Amino acid sequence: MEFDFAAEQPKFLMLMYGLIAFVAVVGGLLLLLDVVPSYFARRREAQLVAASASGAPLPRRRKQGEGAFAFFFLLPTLLLLAVGLVVPAVRTTLLSFMDSSSSDWVGLANYRWMFAEDSIVRVLINTLIWVLLVPLVATAFGLIYAVLVDKARLEVVAKSLIFLPMAISFVGAAIIWRFVYAYRGVGDQIGLLNQIVVSLGGEPKQWLLNPPLNTFLLIVIMVWIQAGFAMVVLSAAIKAIPADIVEAARLDGTTAWQMFWRITVPSIRPALIVVVVTISIATLKVFDIVRTATNGNYDTNVIATEMYNQAFRYQENGQGSALAVFLFVLVIPIVIYQIRNLRKQREG
Amino acid sequence: MTTATPTVGVGAQATEPTTRGARVRKRLNSRTATLVSIVIAVLWTIPTFGLFISSLRPENEIKTTGWWTFFTNPQITLENYQEVLFSSGSSGQLASYFINSLAITIPSVLFPLAFASLAAYALAWMNFKGRDWVYIGIFALQIVPLQMALVPLLRFFSTGVSIAGVQILPAWDLVDEQKFAQVWFAHTCFALPFAVFLLHNFISQLPGDLMEAARVDGATHPKIFRTIVLPLIMPALAAFGIFQFLWVWNDLLVALIFAGGGDETAPLTVRLAELAGTRGNEWQRLTAGAFVSIVVPLIVFLSLQRFFVRGLLAGSVKG
Amino acid sequence: MAFARSRQALAVAGVLGLALGVAACGTGDDKNSSNAGSAECGAYEKYDGHDGKKVTVYSSIREIEDERLQQSWKEFEDCTGIEIDHEGSGEFEAQLPVRVDGGNAPDLAFIPQPGLLKRFVDSGKLKPVGADTKAMAEQNYSADWLKYSTVNGQLYGAPLGSNVKSFVWYSPTTFKEKGWTVPATWDDMIKLSDQIAASGTKPWCAGIESGDATGWPATDWIEDVLLRTGGPEVYDKWTTHEIPFNDPQVADALNRAGTILKNEKYVNGGFGGVKSIATTSFQEAGTPITAGKCALHRQASFYANQWPEGTRVAEDGDVFAFYFPAIDPSKGKPVLGGGEFVAAFADRPEVQVVQTYLASGEFANSRAKIGDWVSANKKLDLNNVPNPVDKLSVGILQDEKTVFRFDGSDLMPAAVGAGTFWKGMVAWINGKDTTTVLNDIEGSWK
Repeated sequence: MEFDFAAEQPKFLMLMYGLIAFVAVVGGLLLLLDVVPSYFARRREAQLVAASASGAPLPRRRKQGEGAFAFFFLLPTLLLLAVGLVVPAVRTTLLSFMDSSSSDWVGLANYRWMFAEDSIVRVLINTLIWVLLVPLVATAFGLIYAVLVDKARLEVVAKSLIFLPMAISFVGAAIIWRFVYAYRGVGDQIGLLNQIVVSLGGEPKQWLLNPPLNTFLLIVIMVWIQAGFAMVVLSAAIKAIPADIVEAARLDGTTAWQMFWRITVPSIRPALIVVVVTISIATLKVFDIVRTATNGNYDTNVIATEMYNQAFRYQENGQGSALAVFLFVLVIPIVIYQIRNLRKQREG
Repeated sequence: MTTATPTVGVGAQATEPTTRGARVRKRLNSRTATLVSIVIAVLWTIPTFGLFISSLRPENEIKTTGWWTFFTNPQITLENYQEVLFSSGSSGQLASYFINSLAITIPSVLFPLAFASLAAYALAWMNFKGRDWVYIGIFALQIVPLQMALVPLLRFFSTGVSIAGVQILPAWDLVDEQKFAQVWFAHTCFALPFAVFLLHNFISQLPGDLMEAARVDGATHPKIFRTIVLPLIMPALAAFGIFQFLWVWNDLLVALIFAGGGDETAPLTVRLAELAGTRGNEWQRLTAGAFVSIVVPLIVFLSLQRFFVRGLLAGSVKG
Repeated sequence: MAFARSRQALAVAGVLGLALGVAACGTGDDKNSSNAGSAECGAYEKYDGHDGKKVTVYSSIREIEDERLQQSWKEFEDCTGIEIDHEGSGEFEAQLPVRVDGGNAPDLAFIPQPGLLKRFVDSGKLKPVGADTKAMAEQNYSADWLKYSTVNGQLYGAPLGSNVKSFVWYSPTTFKEKGWTVPATWDDMIKLSDQIAASGTKPWCAGIESGDATGWPATDWIEDVLLRTGGPEVYDKWTTHEIPFNDPQVADALNRAGTILKNEKYVNGGFGGVKSIATTSFQEAGTPITAGKCALHRQASFYANQWPEGTRVAEDGDVFAFYFPAIDPSKGKPVLGGGEFVAAFADRPEVQVVQTYLASGEFANSRAKIGDWVSANKKLDLNNVPNPVDKLSVGILQDEKTVFRFDGSDLMPAAVGAGTFWKGMVAWINGKDTTTVLNDIEGSWK
């Protein structure tokens, strides 16, 4: 096994270009913003000096909006988003009103298809189950664990173990759990779950075949991954609760239960919101867990998986896009909630 | 503010119970908590552990008996790893893919970090018309499934932009390792909404009087950003950095589309997917491959974990 | 001030320089230089004149198969100086449309689904073959094959590799031991199954789990049976939707397949009951044969590569395959199979030259010699096919009596052929009745 370093050199060179570009773009932008305003400041200073010397009235300071500044701060983000996400989102919306090869307008046909087809209605229901359960269970678990581990020794080890699934890709996680749910009708079980059932005297089951249990078993996979995220973020937030508040509560003789609801939860509200929102959106978009574990068979399909299949495997661009648009719609409640939040924050 | 990070020790001291009974209860409490949390952590890790044990077992054993039989009948082989790490396919050495993964991941983490923190600062601390709507718009973009963005973005790279027949931007026309640039671009686009959301949440909670004081001293926004905000949000940046790193490192789809599957540009995930067999059921290689790909993200997480914990902490402290 | 300004200038220059640098660092690697003069290059003279050109090829061929493919056209590359840049992907079917729609199409693609090929023709992306390729293809492949890559009277590519799906795998050693004989008719096969079942072993094993393609092995089963019960005419009408998917003849075929696949006495040797078929991976499905837990497994010729290491695949070995028997042998020898077609997204001369070469007998023999490859190419010399199963397959494909039909699920629109048909079969195995399954699939075909 010879390793040809020379062949790899262009890659490092490219990486270096990338890093130089990074420094140049970010540094350049900051520098530009630094230099230009100070140039104007100096000019204004000179004007002031000149004005006071000649005894003329001081020039009125132009009400300087921060729009121009903000524009430059936002420029790279807005440009990239426009190219990478806004154009695709608009295109997807348009495609959802067109036929499978995107050549003719078909009006609402794709949406009608979505709600008429039994299997797709099933998909919509499953997605609702996912998006209600995953954020709830993962956040609850993460929160309880964060409170628990706060008092524990070996905290770093325990937290790393819970976080470990985050480092595994969705596909990898689905494979691991397919292993857990594996079934053998004859001979030794190779799946842990069936082995447990058998050793307790039960009959081995084909876990992934039977709805609605199988959907919940797939949800377990997503919770398994996301709980680590919830735990780490919430644990950090809990540690940030000022010690004096905790102390005061303790002196008042608050029980652990009251402490949790009256002190801990209100104090970490912002972090809780971040966690719930992030997990909800991740859940709506996740497609590879279902795809790898069952490919949507046995009534386990969700919107994102079906969208991928329709648009990429069946070449049904219209129907795939309609499903994507439905995903946009599902996120509207979260967006409204976010707007209200922002308003409150501005007022408060 | 930077040290608004009460360590575990400080917390424990502050709440040191005074009576003997309380102290005993506290110790018991802590012992139960330790026990329960360790038990849960172990349960949580069992599926991964099973995979790890499997990766050390011979192919035939994996397919016929459960991994727990390993303890009664230990049979260890490194063959699976041998196969994954050193089998030289036409598609080249694993090391080569490893380098590709690094070359893809590093800039794909740095760019969104920088752009998003600039944007988040502007959205949190600058006054301009419609900023809330810009923020909400960016937030909502999180839901655009990246699969839907693949075709338009690819077209942007390969044919450029033209309006009514007039070429406005040329095609990129990149070859071999230059294609990394496309992958960076794509990953940066897809990461920005979440990054802006996370960092905005964080930056907007920095104490307002700090900014005010700096403004009064005549500091410009870029200066405030550089000297005050950046140091304070370092931990949050590390936090987002980890998430983005995990995501890019584990990504298969974006890399396949924008870098292609050859050994000049394809990351580790492409190679591992290939190793899993033409129709995807080579358990023994899959298990070993999964562990090879977990190693790097795990190192990154463990080494940044401290930072990470401190990071998100500061965010929820109100100024 | 001056300092600040120069710093700024530097930064701007840096950004610009970088942009230029990135754009300009295209590499000009022309490692290929033709050595057209040498002796073995005589056969490639007709392809000369494109030295230093590059042709990109995209396919689903990966790993060891990819290596063999590259090896097979190495001589062609060396002699003509054309570089063939092949990329294989496990996500080929999903990725190819993305690349094509994204304006990043490969020059050539090996497309295994005539349905997908037609989609690209309809959207105007594919180029019809040139005159040379057409002549070569017509010379080397039967009309039965070429019709699958012909759209509106235009040929869009010659076949490349093929496989024969009408095989039943068995163990010659076990058969000899137990005194069983290879059945020549459907009835014999059922009698044999009963005989084996009576001896206490479940005769058949099957598995249709295949990741996100779960269900396809069952569709092959149904197609193979329909080809026998309904005959090629009905089969053709079914795949082109001239008769509905839930036609009574299709229901008959499904029910007949069910007498084996949904018969608890017959399946699923080594794995459990009928439902275990749904979760058994197709790769593992036949392996109980080597352990004597099952006797028969219907699967394509490429299953030869799935046996555990050390299994001897030969007529007198551990495992081998026999032709999935016809129900009425007087109607000829129906054979179900698949293969890929070399379609072109570009019509540069060097692309057409490669396309022509891939349709030639030189290529077919060169590739076959390396092993594990079957083609319907008439110029393929049986002596160049090393592996006994491949030999059997090539023999069947070249047999005059063979009535060849392409895998129906690859001919249907992908939403049916790679969607509801697969899923319907999974549901069928999992207990849904024939009528409901067929009605559902018919309902999804627009």
